[in-house]
Amino acid sequence: MLETRFHSIALYSVFFRHARVRKYGAELQRCRLDAVPVDLGDYHPLKPITVTDSRSRRGGRKGSTSSSSSSSSSVAPDPLSSMLEGTDPLSLFAAASASETPTLSHSSSSVELGRKRRENEEEVGADFEPWSAKRGEILARFTTTEKLSINLFMGSDKNKASSPSSAVSEKVRTRLEELDDLEEGSQRELLNLSQQDYVNRIEELNQSLKEAWSSDQKVKALKIVIQCSKLLSDTSVIQFYPSKFVLITDILDTFGRLVYERIWSMCSDPRPIPDSFSVEDVNDTAKETCLNWFFKIASIRELIPRLYVEAAILKCNRFLNKTGIQETLPRLTAMIRGIGDPLVAVYARAYLCRVGMEVAPHLKDSLNKNFFDLLASFRQIHGDTVQNQLVIQRVEIPVYLTLYSPAIHWILQCVAYRAPDVLLTEMMERCKKLGNNALLLNSVMWAFRPEFVAARATDFIGMIKDCDEAGFPKHLLFGSLGRSLACADPPESERLPILNEAWKVITKVRSPQDYINCAEIWVEFTCRHFTKREVNTVLADIIKHMTPDRAFEDAYPQLQSVMKKILTYFHNFSVLFSMEKFLPFLDMFQKDSVRVEVCKSIMEVFIKHQQEPTRDPVILNALLHVCKTMHDSVNALTVEDEKRSLALLINGFIRMVSFGRDFEQQLSFCVEARATFCNLEPVIIQLIHTVNQLAMETRRVMGGSHSRKTAAFVRACAAYSFITIPSLTSIFSRLHLYLLSGQVALANQCLSQADAFLKAAVSVLPEVPRTISVEGKQRSSEAFLLDFINSFLSTLLVVPDHPEQGVLYLVRGLLNMVQDYTWEDNSDAKVRVYISALPLLAAMSQESYLYTIPKVDSNETLYGGDPKFVAEISRLCETLIGQVLDHLKTLGREEGVRRQGSLAFSLFSTLLAHGDLRNNKLNQLAVNLWNLSHKNGHCDTRTSVRTLEHIKQQAQQPELSHLSDMLLRLSLQSRA
Amino acid sequence: LVEVLAGVVVITSKEAVQHQGISLTMEGLVNLQLSSKSVGVFEAFYNSVKPIQLISSNIEVAKPGKVPGGKTEIPFEFPLQAKGNKMLYETYHGVFVNIQYTLRCDMRRPLLAKDLSKTCEFMLHCQPQKSKVQPTPVDFTITPETLQNVKERTSLPKFVIRGHLDATNCVITQPLTGELVVESSEVAIKSIELQLVRVETCGCAEGYARDATEIQNIQIAEGDVCHGLPIPIYMVFPRLFTCPTLETTNFKVEFEVNVVIVLHDDHLITENFPLKLCRV
Repeated sequence: MLETRFHSIALYSVFFRHARVRKYGAELQRCRLDAVPVDLGDYHPLKPITVTDSRSRRGGRKGSTSSSSSSSSSVAPDPLSSMLEGTDPLSLFAAASASETPTLSHSSSSVELGRKRRENEEEVGADFEPWSAKRGEILARFTTTEKLSINLFMGSDKNKASSPSSAVSEKVRTRLEELDDLEEGSQRELLNLSQQDYVNRIEELNQSLKEAWSSDQKVKALKIVIQCSKLLSDTSVIQFYPSKFVLITDILDTFGRLVYERIWSMCSDPRPIPDSFSVEDVNDTAKETCLNWFFKIASIRELIPRLYVEAAILKCNRFLNKTGIQETLPRLTAMIRGIGDPLVAVYARAYLCRVGMEVAPHLKDSLNKNFFDLLASFRQIHGDTVQNQLVIQRVEIPVYLTLYSPAIHWILQCVAYRAPDVLLTEMMERCKKLGNNALLLNSVMWAFRPEFVAARATDFIGMIKDCDEAGFPKHLLFGSLGRSLACADPPESERLPILNEAWKVITKVRSPQDYINCAEIWVEFTCRHFTKREVNTVLADIIKHMTPDRAFEDAYPQLQSVMKKILTYFHNFSVLFSMEKFLPFLDMFQKDSVRVEVCKSIMEVFIKHQQEPTRDPVILNALLHVCKTMHDSVNALTVEDEKRSLALLINGFIRMVSFGRDFEQQLSFCVEARATFCNLEPVIIQLIHTVNQLAMETRRVMGGSHSRKTAAFVRACAAYSFITIPSLTSIFSRLHLYLLSGQVALANQCLSQADAFLKAAVSVLPEVPRTISVEGKQRSSEAFLLDFINSFLSTLLVVPDHPEQGVLYLVRGLLNMVQDYTWEDNSDAKVRVYISALPLLAAMSQESYLYTIPKVDSNETLYGGDPKFVAEISRLCETLIGQVLDHLKTLGREEGVRRQGSLAFSLFSTLLAHGDLRNNKLNQLAVNLWNLSHKNGHCDTRTSVRTLEHIKQQAQQPELSHLSDMLLRLSLQSRA
Repeated sequence: LVEVLAGVVVITSKEAVQHQGISLTMEGLVNLQLSSKSVGVFEAFYNSVKPIQLISSNIEVAKPGKVPGGKTEIPFEFPLQAKGNKMLYETYHGVFVNIQYTLRCDMRRPLLAKDLSKTCEFMLHCQPQKSKVQPTPVDFTITPETLQNVKERTSLPKFVIRGHLDATNCVITQPLTGELVVESSEVAIKSIELQLVRVETCGCAEGYARDATEIQNIQIAEGDVCHGLPIPIYMVFPRLFTCPTLETTNFKVEFEVNVVIVLHDDHLITENFPLKLCRV
C-alpha cells in the first residue's frame, strides 16, 4: 500500500512542472465565435429599435442597420404597449362581464331578459351605501351604561282554560286580542338589564322567532314580532334608542323574509316561479294566505307595531296585485304622522325608506314625501313634551340631537340617491326656511353628493353661521362640510375664504377631542388646495390645541390620519420639512408604538416618491431623526420581520443620500449613520456597501490613479469597512464583505489594506458553523462555504505576495485553514477545495496572468517566472494531489465508490484543462484517473461522451496533437 | 239564479267500512241572545229567543253498505235556496246575533260502533246589493263646546280637532278612510284611536234589546302628535265580524265608528259616526 502511494506521488510530482503553458489571448481569440462584430455602443437588446427613414438617406450610401446617420428616426411602437393600448382585451372583457353579470345572476330565460334590463335601471347600484354598512357604526356609537328593560306580553305558555262562554264570538274575540295585547297572558318584564344583556335578549327573541316559524307556530312568530316592535315606542334610556332600532329592525327583516319566502314557496308548488313573477303566477291559496297576513296585521291595536310589521312584509304585496307596493308606501308614510315622539317617528321613517329602497327603489315620491313630512313635523323636536323628557332623563340637547343623525342621514341618502340637482336645491331651500335647522343641515351635507355641497360651500358656511349656538354642535356641522369638501372641489375663488371661515370656528372648539375630530377632516381640504404655508398654520393650531394636558394622548388615531393626509399630498420632502411645525407635530406622537408607525409611513412615502438622491441638510437631518426613532424602537423583543422592514426603510433612505462630489462628507455621513443605526445589521451592511461604492466612485473620478489626497481618502474608506465588518454577527456577511472590501482596496492600490481584509477573511473561516439558519430552517453551510472559497481563490490570483511573508502565504494560509476546519463527516468538501485550488496554482505559474488589476503588480511581475517560485507552486501541488489521492483511496475501501468516481473525474478534468499532458507520466495519470472514474460504472455516460468529443476537438490544434494519442487509451465503458 | 254549495265527502280508512247510510245536512241559523244588560240575568238565561232557521236540507249521499278501504270521494251539491219566504243573510259573528251556516256529515254505523259525524262552517257573502253607493262624506270639528255628556265644561282643557271621513256609506271590502287634524290642544294628546262598534238589536214579544259592543280598536296616533299636520284615518273592516248592515223584522245589525281622543290628563273624548256597510 505504502509503495503504491509513493509511486503515485512520484508520478504526480512531475505534473506541475509541466503545467500547460497557456496563451490566454490566443485562446480567447480561438474561442470566440466568428460573429459579426457588434458595436456595443449602439446596440442593446433592450433599447427601442430605431428604424431608419430611407428618404433621408443619400443614394448609394449603405450604412449599418443601427443608424446614427438618419436625421429623422421614429421609435417603433413598443409591441407590449401597443397591444394594451385602448383595446386591452382583458379590461374589455372585464367591462363586458361587469355590465352583464347583474342580468345573468338572476335571469333564467331569455324571454325575461328584456324586462330584466329595464328593471335593472330601477335597481339600486353599487354606489348606494347599504344599510348593512351603517349598522355596525350605529351600534358602536350609541351605547349606554344605564339599565334597560324589556317588557313583553308573551302568550307563549298560555294554556289558560278558556272560560266557557255562552257566545261563540267570545272565543274568537280573545283570539284576536291575543294577537295584540295579551294582557291576561304571561307578562314578562325584564328589568335592570345591562346593554349587553339587552342585546342578548333581543338575539334570543330573534332565535325564538325562527324556531317558532320553523315549528309552524306562525301566530307565535307574529306575536314575537309585534312585541318586539312595540319596544320601539319606548324611549326610556334615549341615548340607546338608535342601537335598539338597529337590533329590532333586524328581527323585523328576518320576519319579512320568512313570510315572503313562505308565500313564495306556496306558489312554486309544481315548479318554482321566476323572481320577476307577476300576480297571475300566484295561485289562490298563496293569495289567501298572504291576504290573511295583511288582515291580521291590520287589526293590530297599536300604531307602532302595526306600522313596523306591515312595513316588514311590504314586499309581499307583490303576490296580491301590481300596484300594492306603490299604494301602500304613501299610506304608511302618512301613518307615521300619527307618531307623536319625533325620535320614534324619524326612525320609523328611516325604516320605511330602507324597506322602500330595497323593494321598490324607483318609487322616489314616497321617499320625498317622508322627507317633507319630516320637515313639517320638525318643530316637534323642540316641543315641550320632548324637553320635559330630556330633563327627566338628564340628557343634553346636543347629545339628543345627534341621536337623530343616523336616521336623517339615511333618509336623505335615499332621497339624494341619483336625484336631480333641482330636487336637491329645493330640499335645501326648504331646510333653510326652518328654524333650528342645524340637524338637517348636517344631514344634508352628509348625504347629498359631495359635488353638490362643494359647489355651494359658501352658502353652507353662511347657513352654519346662522345656526343656534345652543343646539347642534357646530364642529359637527363643519366636520360634515369638510367631509364633502375632501371629495369634491369648491370653486377656486371661494377656497381660501372657506378655509378661513371654517378654521375660525374650528379653532374655537374647546374640547380637544371634538377639535381634533373636526380638524382632521379639514386637513385634507387644506392639503389639497393650499401650499405649505397654510398647512403649517393648521399644524400650528393643532399643536396649540392638543398640547395642553397632553390631550394628544387620546387622539393618536386622528393625529395619525392628519399625518397620512399630509403625506398623501406633499411628496416633496424639502417642502415638507421646511414647514416649521412639521417636526413639532411629529413630536406629539409620544407613545412609542404610534411614533414608530408614523415614522415608518413617512419613510415609505419618502422611498416611494423621492426620485433623485439628495444632500439637502434639512431633509437629511429630519429623516435621520425619523430613522433614528425607528431604529431606537428595536429591542430584544422586536420580531425579525419588524426588524427587516425597519432596516429596509432605513436602507432606502441611505441609498437616497448623495453628496455628489463631496466624498468626504458622504463618508462622514456614513460614520454618523453607523453610530446611529448600530443595532440593525442590514443597515450596517448597506453602509459598508455604500462606502465601498464611494471608494470605487473616487477611483472612477480619478481615472484610476489616485492623488495623495484621494489615496488617503480611499484608505479611510477601507479603514471604515475594516473596523465595521467585525461588528456583524452573520458570519457569511462578514466573509463576503471582507472579500469584497479586499477587492475594492486592491482596486484602489491599497495593498496592505487588501492584505488585511483577506487575512481577516481567512482567519474568520474556522469560525464558520457547520449549519446555519436559512429562512428559519437549519441547513448545512457547506455549499455556501465552498462557494465563498472558490471566489476567494479566484481573487487570490491577483493579490501580490506580501514582501515580508513567505511565497504564496495567503494561498497557504487558506489551504491550512481548509485542512484544519472540521468538515462534516463523510464529506468530500475539503478535497473539492484542493481540486479547485489546482487551477489557481496553474494560472499562477503562467508568464502572464489571465487578469490583472491596473496599477497593481501581481506575482507575475514580482517574481517574473522565477524558477524558485514555480518550484514552490509545484511543491504545493504535490501536497494537494497527495491529499486528494489519499482521500480517493479511503473512498475505494469503503462504500464510497460513487463519490470516488466523481472525484476522480473532476481531477481528470482539471488535469486535462490545466496540465501539460505531453508529459508521459502525467498522461498516464490522467488515463488512470479516467479508468478509475469509470471503474464502477457510476459516471454519467453523456458527460464522458462529451468530454471525449472535446478532447478530439482540442487534439486538432497543432500544439495539442498529443491528445489524440491519449484519446485512444480512453475507453468508454458501458454501465456494468 | 240559485248558487250551489258543492264539494266532496272524503272518507279515508285503512280497511273497508260497514255503514248504514251517509247523509249530509246543511243548515243556516240566526242565533239571537238577549243581553243581561237589557233584560236581567235570569231572563237572559231563559228568554233566549228561538233560533231562526234560514235554510235546511238533508240528502243521503250513500245508501247503507260498505265503503272500500283507502280514500273514497263522494261529490255532492246543495242548491242555496232559502226556506219559504225567508232570505239568506251574510255570515256574521257577533255577540248577541250570530248568523252561521253549517254543513254536517253523518255516517250511521251498525250496532257497537259509534256513529261518525263531522261539522264544518261555510261562509256566505251576499250578492252585491246596490250597484252604486253614495259615499256621503262627513266633516267634523271637535271642541269642548261640541261635546255632550259633560259634567263640568269649565274644567275641560281647550282643544280644536277637525277632520273628515271620506264615506259613512262604506263598502265592506274597502277600508274606512279619512283625515284628522289636531289644530290645537292645551293638554298633550296621549292617543287617538278608532273604535269599531257593532250595534245589535233583537226584537221579541217582550220588546227589544239594543246593545253596542266593540269589535276592534285601532290606534292612529300615539303621543303628542304634531299640530296642524293631518293624520290619516284608516281602518280595514275585519272579516267575519262585520257584514253589510242588516235590518230584519226580528233583529238588526248596525255598525258605528268612534273617534276616541285620549288626552294626557286622561280625559276621554269620543265622537260617534254611524256607518252603513254594504257590499258592491
